[in-house]
Amino acid sequence: MKRMLIAAGLAFVMASGAAGAAEIKPAVVFDMGGKFDKSFNEGIYNGLEKFRKETGIAYREFEVTNETQREQALRRMAQRGSDPVIAVGFAQAPALEKVAREFPDTRFTIIDMVVDLPNVQSVVFKEHEGSFLVGVAAAMASKTGKVGFVGGMDIPLIRKFACGYEQGVLYANPDAEIFQNMTGTTPSAWNNPTKGGELARSQFDRGADVVYAAAGGTGIGVYQAAKDSGKLAIGVDSNQNYLHPGTMLTSMTKRVDVAAYNTFKTALDGTWKPGIQVLGLAEDGVGWALDEHNRDLVSAAMKAKVEQARTDIIAGKIKVHDYMADNTCNY
Amino acid sequence: MNEGPARPPRWVGMVLIPLVNLTLALAIAGLIILSIGENPLTALRFLLFGAFGYIEGLGYTLYYTTNFVFTGLAVAVAFRAKLFNIGGEGQAYIGGLGVGLVALAFDDTLPLVLMVPLAIAAAAAFGAAWAYIPAYLQARRGSHIVITTIMFNFIAAALMVYLLVNVLIKPGQMSPESREFAPSAWLPFMHEALGWFGIAMARSPLNLSFLWALVCCVLVWAFIWHTRWGYEIRTVGGNEAAAVYAGIRPTRVIILAMCVSGALAGFVGVNEILGVHHRLLLNFTAGYGFTGIAVALMGRNHPVGILLASLLFGALYQGGAELAFEIPAITRDLVVVIQGLVILFSGALEYMFRPQLERLFTRRGAALPVEG
Amino acid sequence: MRVEATAPSAEGAGAAAPPAIMLRGVNKHFGPVHANSDISLEVAAGTIHGIIGENGAGKSTLMSILYGFYRADSGEIRVFGEPLRLDSTADAIGAGIGMVFQHFMLVDPFTVLENVVLGAEGGPLLGPGLAAARRELQRLEADFGLEVDLDAVVGELPVGVQQRVEILKALYRGARVLILDEPTGVLTPQETERLFRVFRALRDQGVTIVLITHKLREIMAVTEAVSVMRHGKMVAHLKTAETSLEELAELMVGRKVLLRVEKNAAEPGSTVLEVENLSLVDERGVTRVDGVSLSVRAGEIVGIAGVAGNGQSELLAALAGILPIQRGRIAVCGGEVTPEHPRDAREMREFGLAHVPEDRLRMGLVGSFEARESSILGYHRDPAFNGPILTHPSEILADCRKKMSAYDVRPQDPVLLTANFSGGNQQKIVLAREMERHPDLLLVGQPTRGVDIGAVEFIHKSLIAMRDAGCAVLLVSVELDEIRSLSDRILVMFEGRIVGEVAGAEATERTLGLMMAGVVPEDAGVRAPA
Repeated sequence: MKRMLIAAGLAFVMASGAAGAAEIKPAVVFDMGGKFDKSFNEGIYNGLEKFRKETGIAYREFEVTNETQREQALRRMAQRGSDPVIAVGFAQAPALEKVAREFPDTRFTIIDMVVDLPNVQSVVFKEHEGSFLVGVAAAMASKTGKVGFVGGMDIPLIRKFACGYEQGVLYANPDAEIFQNMTGTTPSAWNNPTKGGELARSQFDRGADVVYAAAGGTGIGVYQAAKDSGKLAIGVDSNQNYLHPGTMLTSMTKRVDVAAYNTFKTALDGTWKPGIQVLGLAEDGVGWALDEHNRDLVSAAMKAKVEQARTDIIAGKIKVHDYMADNTCNY
Repeated sequence: MNEGPARPPRWVGMVLIPLVNLTLALAIAGLIILSIGENPLTALRFLLFGAFGYIEGLGYTLYYTTNFVFTGLAVAVAFRAKLFNIGGEGQAYIGGLGVGLVALAFDDTLPLVLMVPLAIAAAAAFGAAWAYIPAYLQARRGSHIVITTIMFNFIAAALMVYLLVNVLIKPGQMSPESREFAPSAWLPFMHEALGWFGIAMARSPLNLSFLWALVCCVLVWAFIWHTRWGYEIRTVGGNEAAAVYAGIRPTRVIILAMCVSGALAGFVGVNEILGVHHRLLLNFTAGYGFTGIAVALMGRNHPVGILLASLLFGALYQGGAELAFEIPAITRDLVVVIQGLVILFSGALEYMFRPQLERLFTRRGAALPVEG
Repeated sequence: MRVEATAPSAEGAGAAAPPAIMLRGVNKHFGPVHANSDISLEVAAGTIHGIIGENGAGKSTLMSILYGFYRADSGEIRVFGEPLRLDSTADAIGAGIGMVFQHFMLVDPFTVLENVVLGAEGGPLLGPGLAAARRELQRLEADFGLEVDLDAVVGELPVGVQQRVEILKALYRGARVLILDEPTGVLTPQETERLFRVFRALRDQGVTIVLITHKLREIMAVTEAVSVMRHGKMVAHLKTAETSLEELAELMVGRKVLLRVEKNAAEPGSTVLEVENLSLVDERGVTRVDGVSLSVRAGEIVGIAGVAGNGQSELLAALAGILPIQRGRIAVCGGEVTPEHPRDAREMREFGLAHVPEDRLRMGLVGSFEARESSILGYHRDPAFNGPILTHPSEILADCRKKMSAYDVRPQDPVLLTANFSGGNQQKIVLAREMERHPDLLLVGQPTRGVDIGAVEFIHKSLIAMRDAGCAVLLVSVELDEIRSLSDRILVMFEGRIVGEVAGAEATERTLGLMMAGVVPEDAGVRAPA
């Protein structure tokens, strides 16, 4: 079925290719996780699929399998005349820096990283702000005053999540205790639900009753463990509340799908602009998810406190420290 | 028996059997491609064209080949001493660390002509050191080399993550990567090097370490077959009791073979770090160390065979990427399946057709000799 | 006198029982090699039939065909008159053929009973099958004088008894024809005699026995008829009573051979090897060599006799620097070895020692090496073969060619893989390597094991020549004939100790046999150990 859609899309592109110069030939280079990673790459994919369904414009795609292929894939896309090209993930920045110089007439968008070139749009998110909000929610939902964090691979980006979360928890409850665990030090940490579940259970054993997972596919195990133990879990990246209604307290949403969708959409409209887009709470690039799946878990007081924090952050009254500004979590 | 086992001509083992295995692997891959509704011949064309059909593709193919030559030779040297070095991945990783540290320390001060030998030495030293520990444990403590080298792959990965996340990372940067080296420390790309002679070549990651890989083939050949140390390695691998009888200490030979093996694997770091990425980063080894096992197996642990097998795997990697690029229905996972089939048939199933084929080329049946 | 190989005519056809085994025109090729060429053979039922031939004559191939390991390329096989097509060993067993190999096919940790039943358990549950087997085996033991404790663990039994287990196994599977391949290689003379008594008992009960051997004496001692193979062909079928050792040897080799080595009296010089109170314990803590003292002087051959496994191998390995010693002292050509100062084989060689190991393929050679590489094993660091880094292939090649022609190694091909030489030629490669350097002390283990009679003569002459040139030679062999004909003095080892010394000229087979069993006879000439 999907193949047929793609074929139909291709046919449409070919048929209309000669019709107008406004037509675009978009492309995307996914990173090593692959487009079905249930997380970051898949968020992009969902945004692009939405675009394709709306406009009928097909896009070229490639999933890299090693470090060197990033540059190769970006260059091949540009050589084939694709425009705009989305580079998914911070790891593609060095490759994009080279390729974007070679093809100054091609428009590139990189997500999660800044590449400062005239033909590159950089979309980054203030994950620490979103994590702050779910930290507030976690602290208020916790009865024991102890909350947990399960990270994926131990890299600065994930520490950024953890640091924002920690600040939010302590903002709501200065006496709270926070347990932090990283799943691993290799990329397999992104997809190890068994280990995620174990880490979550050990945190529950130590008294935690809310745990926030920023760990890609590993999070699935964390959420399951929370459900099995009757504790609460917080999802990440996309709204994962629906996974286990009743034990998913909320999700820290990072709207990479919107960013990806907008890239193609603005390119089609002719409103695509290079430069840096920092998407934080104010831009709705990050946020917390409240829907029918978790409405019962979120008390009015909690909701008020989280919304208050949100407003204060946007207004600048609360400054959330960004781990990656100085690679420490001292605030 | 006065006669040895009747043996088929050498080309059967060296050329025909790998070819049959390869053909079968591709045939099965073709069936899979057919089953998802694509034309296998088209796919094969894309694969071949992607690997050899244009200069940039060829550059990528040879760039992968470079890595496989290093890791394949590494596995082969250890295998000559009957040691199964599964740790090429970790040794390559740590070898790259050595290259990176040297480049980070001296990229501003040293000219390229000094930087390159120093980086090569560092890759060798770091890779050898990483292989030394499992070798020592095997030689002195009897800890099985397969287990320890696998474990050292994990330790290497963990160490690199620690170093890059906490120590070597360029502050304020998202990716766990070091700063970029000064361009004066970059090993020239092949297209640059050829440019000096006025030959234009498309950009590709192929760099001068390819030449070093070729040199290593010759060096390994000479070392294994034309030095007394190579002789001792082969003696221990061929018959350990005979080695002890000859006054060769297997413990020393095991350590020597593993250190040479680790050094060779470490050269992947020269290609990747000094030649391509120009910064220290995570996961640049991308499984080349493991593929090296298949390369060595297919190449009969001989430098010439390894060079050819490396070229094959280089072509599969590059052609495979091209395939995934050109035919969206063939995902990268399917490309891995195709590569896996080749490894399966040339490695694990190596002996599936060997008896039949050998019999075919041996007059009136072959059998083992029995003392009479 | 010489009997040409023809298919034996069916004497007394009609009333007489069909022959137990009849082969006609059996051919087997291994690649270009014609291992069995037009073999015809008739073994009368209820007889002991010897098949004799040098290594590589095709005896084992022929028996492997009979046992269904190999398929003959052509030819007819009849067992008790029934034409047979042997595709697997199961077919052979079904036809009543049992085989006892040189290397026993026994599972060491199993008991005798379990070993015998293995593969013929008769149902998924062991219990009833084992009980039935026990009854049947007790009957067989009684009938044939094959006493074995059915509940003993096989690994703990002496080899002679293990061999009886193999025979029992074959009989239990209903063997009416028993083929034994070199069965006496691991036995003392007394055990050999006992085995022959079992053969006679089996024959008297109607079992047919085919004895494959290269030992002429055994043929003469126990068989009724003998067939001689040479170069893949049957060259003669003879009645044992009508032939002689000399004739058999000549038929085997194809020319006249000297069975006895000619040598002059030794003229011993200074002491080259001095061993004092040497003890050696293996990895499992078993004492293998127990307080051995001996000396070897220049210009003499000292033989160490003993049944395999009584510490000779370990003694030799310790002297060669392969095994570490726990007690005592070795002095060799000015060098000294003590438990505190162990020496490896390289250092021992530097003292002036050379070593022809007992098991050349396991230790003395590397099968996967070309001959030229095997021919420098242990001497590969010699400056003559090496530059500063690279070896000198041309020198190595020339050296190998020289040795090959001096020792008549065939084929004279330095790049042929070692494993592809015959046993005798492999042994010559080792001998050439170790002897051409004119060592002060030569350690020799089983120099003629698995070697053709023709080559045996050559090897023996070479050893005598070494002695006469002033080399001290220490010879370890389980072949009593060899020990007796070469040694100037004979030491007998039993359970790790030297039980006595006999002058070579005075040693009789009986005396040595008793000493090998740990009994020191009161004969003249036997001296207690020092």
